[in-house]
Parts: sequence; C-alpha cells; structure tokens
Amino acid sequence: MDTFIQLVVNGLGKGAVYALLALGFVVVFKATEVVNFAVGSLVLFGGYLVYVLRDVIGWYGAAAVGIVGAALVGLFIERLCAAARGADQNSLALLTIGVDVIITEEIVRRVGAAIPFIGDPFDARPILIGNVAIFRTQAIALVVGLVLITAFFLAFRYTDWGVAMRAQAENREAAALMGIRSSRVTATAWLIAGALAGVAVLFMATQDFSGAGLGRGTHAIALIAFPAAIIGGLDSTAGAVVGGIIVGLTESLSAQYISFDFSKSAVFLVMLVVLVVRPSGLFGTKELSRV
Amino acid sequence: MSDTLTKAPPQAPTRPWAKIIGTAVLLVVLVLLPVLVGSHVAYLKLAQYVLIGAVGGIGLTLIVGQAGQLSLAHPFFLLLGAVSYAVLAGDPAETPDLVSLHWPPMLAVIGAVIICGLVGLAFAPVAGRVRGIYLGVASLSLVFLGLWLGQSLGILTGGTGSGRPPPTFSLFGFPFSNTTPAPTIAGVAIQKQQRLWYLFLAFAVLAYVLARGAVRGRIGRAWRAVRDNEAAAAAMGVSVARIKAGAFTISSAYAGLAGVMTALWLDLVKPDENEFTGNYSLTVSIAFLAIVIIGGLGSVPGAVVGAMVVYGLQQFFLLGANEFGWFAGAQFGGLSAVILAAFIYGLAVVLVVLFEPGGAAAIGRRLAASLSRKEQR
Repeated sequence: MDTFIQLVVNGLGKGAVYALLALGFVVVFKATEVVNFAVGSLVLFGGYLVYVLRDVIGWYGAAAVGIVGAALVGLFIERLCAAARGADQNSLALLTIGVDVIITEEIVRRVGAAIPFIGDPFDARPILIGNVAIFRTQAIALVVGLVLITAFFLAFRYTDWGVAMRAQAENREAAALMGIRSSRVTATAWLIAGALAGVAVLFMATQDFSGAGLGRGTHAIALIAFPAAIIGGLDSTAGAVVGGIIVGLTESLSAQYISFDFSKSAVFLVMLVVLVVRPSGLFGTKELSRV
Repeated sequence: MSDTLTKAPPQAPTRPWAKIIGTAVLLVVLVLLPVLVGSHVAYLKLAQYVLIGAVGGIGLTLIVGQAGQLSLAHPFFLLLGAVSYAVLAGDPAETPDLVSLHWPPMLAVIGAVIICGLVGLAFAPVAGRVRGIYLGVASLSLVFLGLWLGQSLGILTGGTGSGRPPPTFSLFGFPFSNTTPAPTIAGVAIQKQQRLWYLFLAFAVLAYVLARGAVRGRIGRAWRAVRDNEAAAAAMGVSVARIKAGAFTISSAYAGLAGVMTALWLDLVKPDENEFTGNYSLTVSIAFLAIVIIGGLGSVPGAVVGAMVVYGLQQFFLLGANEFGWFAGAQFGGLSAVILAAFIYGLAVVLVVLFEPGGAAAIGRRLAASLSRKEQR
C-alpha cells in the first residue's frame, strides 16, 4: 500500500509536468492549428539557460531567465511560421521539426558529456512521511503544476486575452472581423507554450524525474507530451491536463508493476486504445466531414 | 498544357530523349561506381548508405506525400525487417542460442519484406480511424513498442548488448562476402562491399521503378484522391479504408527492405538501448521525414535527393573525419560530423518550408522548365 501511494504521488507529479507541456501544445494548436514538434527543443533551451546561469546569478534567477528564454524561442518559432506565408498547417509542423533538430543538436553539443541535472533546490531529497518516501521534485512539480494550470484556466476564462484566444479558436476570420488581433493572440500562445516548457524542464532534467539529465533523454521525454495532448484531445485544454495525469500515472504504475522498460511503451499503448475508441481523444472535437 | 497547344510540336520528342540519355548515363555511372572509386571502399559504403535512405524514403514519401497519411513508424519497420531477415536466414550453427530458420537469404529478404507489409496491414485498423497528427503520434507508438520488443525478445534480436550477426547474403550459391579468387571488373576486385553495392543498387532500382509505376497508375490516383478529399474519393468509388491499408502495407514493406539493407550495411542486427539514439530510434523517424520534406512530399525522385542530403551528408562528413581528419578538434562538445549533418538537414527543412514547399522535386521541375524554354529560343 505504501508503495502504491508513493507511486500515485510520483505519477501525479510527473503527470503535472506532462500536463504543462501538453497544455502549451494545445494552446498553440488551438490558436494556430499548428502542431508544435519543437516542444523538446523549447524544453532543452530553457534548461540550458539554467545550466549556464545558475552559477552566475543563482538558481532562482537562472530559472526565471530560462523560462523567459524558452518563451522567446517559442516566439521566434511563431515569427518563422508567420514568415512562411501560404504554407499550410502541415508544412508549418514540419518547419518546427527542422527548428527542433537545429536547436537540439546545438544544445546537446554544447552540454557535451556533462548532461547535467538542473533541479538543484529539490532534486534527490525525498520527503519521508511515515513509511512513504516521496520524491521532492514530483511533489513540488505537482504543486507548481496545479497553481499554473489553475492560473491558466482563470486567465483563459476571465481575461480579455482568454476571450480573444477562445474566439480565435472558434473562428479565426470572425474573430479578426470583431477586432481581435490574430497575430497577437498567436504570439501569446507561443510565448505561453515556451514558458510552460521552461517551467517543465526544471523538474524534468532531474534525478528524481527520470534520471535523464539535460540532453537527448530529456528531449525524448518531452515527446511524451504528445500522447498526453492526444489522449485528452488536441483542441481541449482540460483534456491536456487529464491526458497529462493519465500519462504520468500510467508511466509510474507500469514501471513498478510491469517493467521499467515497458513504461514508455505502456503510455503509447494506452494512447492507442484511447484513439481506437475515440479517434479525436477523450475531449477533442470530433471532425465532421460535410459533403 | 497551354504550352503544348500554342507552341511548335517538335519540342515534344526532344525532352524524353534527353531524359532517356540522362538516365542511361546515370545508370552506367552507378554500375561502374566500384571501378570509379577503386580502392576507396569508404565512398562505396557512403553510396550504399544513401541507397538505404532512398529505399526507405521512397516508402515514406508514398504514404506521407501520396496517400497523405503521416507516419513516424518507419524505424520500427526497419528494425522488424532487419530482425526478420536475421531470424529467417540465420544459420543455427553460427547462432545456436538464437532462433535461426536457415532459409536461403533471398527467400529471407522476401519473407522479411512480406512480414513488414503484413504488420503494416495489421496497423491499418488504427490508421483507418485516426487522421493527421493523431495518426502520426499513434504511429510513434510502434517505435516505442519496437524498442521494448527489441529489448525483451533477445532470443530473436540478440539483445541490446551484442545483437546478432546478419547472415551473409547469397544468390544461387554466389556469396556476397569476400572470396578468393574474386571476379574483377577493369582490374578492381569485386569483393564484399562491391557485391553489396550491386545488390543495394538492384534493390533501389526495383523500389524506384515500382514506386514510379504505382504513383503513375490507378493506385497512385486513388492515393491522391484519398489524400485530397476522402469524401470525394469515396464518392468516386475509391474504397478509402482499403486504399489506406494498402498504402501502409506498401510503405512498411519498403521500410522492411531498407531494414534488411541496414542490417547488411552495418553487418549487425542490434536493437537500440533507448528511444532517442540508435539505428531504429526517434531520430531516424525525424531523419526520414526530413528526407521526404527536402525531396518534396510525394515525389519519388525527390526522396532519392532527400536521401543524398540527409543520409549522404552524414556519411560524407563521417568519411571526411575518418579519412582526412576533419573535425579533429571536436571532442565532446565539438562540432562532430553527425551534428553538422543534422544542422544542415534541419536548416534545409526550414528553408524548404519557407521558400519552396515543393522541395527538391519542385526545384527540379522548374529547372527542367527553364531549360526547355532556353532550347526553344
């Protein structure tokens, strides 16, 4: 039972991180219908800034810079997409792959053999509650994730930006005619995606989370945001959170009860089952084809 | 169309001739390549590697470009093809503790391709239900499945530690390995690598011709109809589900053949240790997608060009590093051959999307058009 509680808490913590990534993914998709394959490089870029700056300006300052930096890379990709006028959404998704390859290779090259862990204030310091040992990273990730997700949904529901965003997701042309600046909404969406990736990496590149430092391993883990977003439905923000939690729990429980090697495959198998039953994810809008 | 109507007709027969001569020259050069490179076998290895990328890339461009079904599962089928070949053709005397059926190698290649096709077909029910990016990520699950199966089915794959040797290919008793005495062409001994080059060339030409035929024929029209509008395709009498399943089967079979070639090229069948580095990993998914984008989605010759850029450059830089000591200063954290190649193809993908969404195929068409215009002047 103790193990189970431990697994659930750790799974929820991981799930919160995946939810952050998936949320960034969904926000971009809602605003632009572009699938952001560059999420791994956003994650690595934020993490790299933390790695470089933490000895200079302290971890908290570095973390802040990392989040801002990742957000700016998001904005940069948005500008690139905007420059490719006339390209359809699929081509733009491919463009993000190209950007991802370049940024990732450069950072992997710079980090070299070090592959550092960057969760200094909480990494590898388990919290003991009775017999239950909980990874501090996952516990903090859960809290931070909850706060950020709540803040996002409040903003999405009540602020002008949220209204503009939802209007654009509903109907781009009509929103533009109502005076909503579509370019600004799009830019904000990418900024948010980048910033969320910048937050997520603080927890991902740790010994607690996966043992994968800042390198290709973390880049690959960021891809788990895809199943998370897909399970929930690509155009559903609530779905992203649910998907993230499902993925986190699946990974954590299957690693313990089946095998560690199987845990990532398990995530994708769960996704396949969801897709076969509901091809647009749990909360996604069904695609209608009118003839 | 309007060109042919308004301009003088004699222009029509000139173009095919240029094309036929060009193709013939290219084929002669390819056939004589072992002679041209002589003792520099490394160049031959490079060219072999490009052909692997070309065969796999053609398979991917058919499904992604022609049929419009995003697939990231290519590395899985590469792995499946490589392992199937090793299992089917394996000699129990050489690998006593692994499953080895000791089929004739040619039969094993065909068997491996058929197995990949059938597994691709088995994935079709999923492919028929989900679309676009959902399908892409769904197909990604096969890569993870392959990773896990490769690790856990050591009795087939040889495990991640040592892998297993691929059986030597042979055709009607003629082995594709080093022999003495070896036949020679123009003084160059035709040994293992030269023989493999001819084998790969035969595979690649077969793959190319079949793909061109499919694209030009009824099945290609059906693929494009499904890609452009499923409802309209169905209304025209195209069975959408069957066409999609067929596209997956064919694309997987191509990837399987590329997998067999990979095994022969590496002289090793070894499953990956993780999902992000290795011969059957996510990196390879992305590389194949880059091949297809750079070549122009749906273009068969384009896929070959893409393979030259993505697979060729990487091997070219590696070759430079080995033979001429390029990147000598690059230790960990330096600019290595693989990283430089990745930069270039990443940049190529970005530039293609920004400036020429049709890829190399569109550039080629434009060049051909401007050439024929010059001829008329």
